[in-house]
Amino acid sequence: MMRKNIKYLAILALGFVACEPEFDNPIEESGVYTNGEADFSTYVALGNSLTAGFADGALYITGQENSYPNIVSQQFKSAGGGDFTQPLMADNTGGALLSGNQILDNRFVLAFDDKGAPIGPAIYTGATPTTEISANLGSSFNNMGIPGAKSFHLAAPGYGNVAGVQPGLANPYYVRFASSTTSTVIQDAVAQDPTFFSLWIGNNDILSYATSGGVGVDQNEVPNLDPSTYGSTDITNTTVFAGVYSQLLDALTANGAKGVVLSLPSVTSIPFFTTVPHAPLNPADESFGPQIPTLNATYAGLNLAFEALGVPERAIQFSTTSTSAVVIKDESLTDITDGLAVALAGTFGPLAPVIAAQFGQARQATANDLLVLTSSSVIGKLDTDRLAELMGLGLSQEQAGQFSVKGVSLPLEDQYVLIPAEQTAIENARNGFNATISALATANGLAFYDAAADLAQAANGGIPLQGGEIVTSQFITGGGFSLDGVHPTPRAQAIIANGVLDAVKKTYGANLPKVNPVDYGTVTLSNSVN
Amino acid sequence: MRKLLLLVLFVSVATVTYAGGYRVSVQGQRAIAMGHTGVGVVNSAELVFFNPAGLVYLENKLNVSVGVSGVFTDVLYQNTEFGVSSETDSSVGTPLNIYASYKVNDWMSLGLGVYTPYGSEVTWPTNWEGSHLVNEIELAAIYVQPVVSFKLSDHFSIGGGPIFVTGSVQFNRNADRTATDIEGNRSNIAIDDSGVTNWGWSVGAMFNPTENLHVGFSYRSEIILESEDGEATFSNFPNTTRPGVPPNGTTSFNAELPLPAELTVGLSYEYNKWLFAFDYNRQFWEVYESLDLTFGNGSSSINPRNYKNSSVYRFGVQYEATEKITLRAGYYRDETPVQPGFFAPETPRNDSDGFTGGLSFAVTPKLAIDASFFYLRFEEVDASYDAGSGGPFGGTYKSSAFAPGLGLTYKM
Repeated sequence: MMRKNIKYLAILALGFVACEPEFDNPIEESGVYTNGEADFSTYVALGNSLTAGFADGALYITGQENSYPNIVSQQFKSAGGGDFTQPLMADNTGGALLSGNQILDNRFVLAFDDKGAPIGPAIYTGATPTTEISANLGSSFNNMGIPGAKSFHLAAPGYGNVAGVQPGLANPYYVRFASSTTSTVIQDAVAQDPTFFSLWIGNNDILSYATSGGVGVDQNEVPNLDPSTYGSTDITNTTVFAGVYSQLLDALTANGAKGVVLSLPSVTSIPFFTTVPHAPLNPADESFGPQIPTLNATYAGLNLAFEALGVPERAIQFSTTSTSAVVIKDESLTDITDGLAVALAGTFGPLAPVIAAQFGQARQATANDLLVLTSSSVIGKLDTDRLAELMGLGLSQEQAGQFSVKGVSLPLEDQYVLIPAEQTAIENARNGFNATISALATANGLAFYDAAADLAQAANGGIPLQGGEIVTSQFITGGGFSLDGVHPTPRAQAIIANGVLDAVKKTYGANLPKVNPVDYGTVTLSNSVN
Repeated sequence: MRKLLLLVLFVSVATVTYAGGYRVSVQGQRAIAMGHTGVGVVNSAELVFFNPAGLVYLENKLNVSVGVSGVFTDVLYQNTEFGVSSETDSSVGTPLNIYASYKVNDWMSLGLGVYTPYGSEVTWPTNWEGSHLVNEIELAAIYVQPVVSFKLSDHFSIGGGPIFVTGSVQFNRNADRTATDIEGNRSNIAIDDSGVTNWGWSVGAMFNPTENLHVGFSYRSEIILESEDGEATFSNFPNTTRPGVPPNGTTSFNAELPLPAELTVGLSYEYNKWLFAFDYNRQFWEVYESLDLTFGNGSSSINPRNYKNSSVYRFGVQYEATEKITLRAGYYRDETPVQPGFFAPETPRNDSDGFTGGLSFAVTPKLAIDASFFYLRFEEVDASYDAGSGGPFGGTYKSSAFAPGLGLTYKM
């Protein structure tokens, strides 16, 4: 009897073991995903803010966790990829301190008022930043993305020297993990002996010029091959870019590493340039509408002078029935200040030269002009400095006020507008950079992901995802861009990661799992703002 | 013959069962061992559950059956496109049943049963890929039922009684696929309610064309558990006044969870030392259209289910090996009530095959120890739930359930 019972117990125990479910083809088992010709064991990502996971105007932990290199590295793990470390910030507040003083702003969050109406992006004030730039984390990080870096910065010695931060000679983000005060980003990357790399650099070589409304110099106009002489908002010379890019790839591929390079998307299709319309002045606006007759009467005199000076196309007029374009300063126009001063002398007497200087290169914006996102906070606002200046010159407060409303009676400065000539300079440089990138990718047998094509699709109809979701370049609601209007959301980073994975699969014959962008978020809500 | 039975047992062990949805078929150790058949089996006080009409044909004055099973379930999930996989925390449910019947006179018996026909316990890793559908769920419903059984003749009897149900539910899922607070913690909703009660009933009939053949019928009514004063906890939602985003904290909720009606017809046939049984269950899952939660803070959660009615086919066999030992085995085919596109990881059940076995050992002529097990084998299935936030959530699922059980049967 006992023996029989033991037999039954044994059968029960056997059955218990056999009951664990198992897949026919478990994905954990080797062979499901493959690395092809690539070796993902040490993946190092080089680039700028896009690579770092910068979003909402700041670098913070969850943004870094959702950076495309970090996403890609998780997928690489299923085909031999190793650990992927990032120089994580200390918090999710964004912003940073240098010797205890805040030098970088906190992140933006999307705020709503107490009735639930959107206020828009605002600086997060729910916490104070705790990341101290001067606290060096050591040089070995797989994600070497440096927000703000231009192509030549990656090879610039001293770019991580803490002493150079305040004078603007070094980058606070690189300072955090530079191996020495004289090291370069590319040296620190190569020192990790990467078996695989990604390189997405060059965006800032045009972007800083664009976001500053083109106040910088296009170093292609009069070719300047010495980047050490460039201002921070200049466009990099394409020959300089090609030289640096080639140098970076030579360093990265010296030990036989494979890699992927990314093209540079159009900067002018991002929300930073497409959100503020060229004609935002609404007659229904109480601070603007009632002023239209007075403004048009004043401009009528100016328009006569424009006509007399042979530039009737510069005439300025506001509509009482539909929105009107803002008045801008177009530095590409012939400066007619002197002629205007003469023509206006009868009306304005001794003040004529002042008024003439204000309108010497003025015109109304057209659909071809791009107003930067930050112009939305100045258009229609009184320029108090200008008001004081004009009153100092003898105008009454009322008269002075009439010539001091930004974008209405005081032309918007260069920094708020990208005029067509500036857009052309940007696009020419971008095309030059992209030609270099794709040619060098081919020459070095590297994978190439045309990120520019995906951004173009986001800006033209959108990128469809599952469940009817769509990602567009629409500010705030489109899902593709974070609240700074420049940098991607986690969802867009996931789309970029898929693009990178596709390119790697195609070039190296790897089989890698993708990610589902609907599992990645868009903008962050918070009412912790001032 | 004994070797053959051992073989049957062994094969059975290699593959055991649950039922579709959140029905759990573990309502009697002897029945479990025979494929959970019993509507036409006159064997023990388990008849309180399977067919109260049969109680009056039990030979003894007093019959008591108690039993408990340990239900071990495992669910695996993977998605090859996205390279993700997950596995439920191997949970152990311990459904209990207690039955007793007392023969008042030759034509009437009274009975009482406590059993747990509905329940579910599924725990996925917190924040796993399908966490917008479920992180964790625990459902339990305890049925308490007095019954009466009348013999109308040696060939026909009827029985039935009211059912009192007390239920509890705990459910935790993330708000959607992406929402977080500023620190990146996933926004989460958890509900908790217990002591939700309601009433139902069951009736049965038994027809005995010959001494060896029993034909049974039973019907258990649908019972809707209406949760009205449970507690819902909202956590990690962003601090915002944006319409549609609920505040953090606790609030009340309302929800209805149906415990569907079940119709069973079946028979058993005795031949020497053998007994063969067949049951057909029809489970009326159609009532489970949607799990709708309405919260005290004004938000709500609509979760379409669209279940369909489903069938289970059960076969069982019993063999009196010795005077002291009775061996049992069984098989059943359990069809899922879940329709394509509504396969939610909260009750990941597709069609399954149940293999069962067990034995009784008579310690004394009055007291027997009953042992049972079942193994429920689910085919590997590619399925998705398409009605959740952010579109379909799908992949490959593979699950199993294994339940060894022990019980005592006492008769006097």
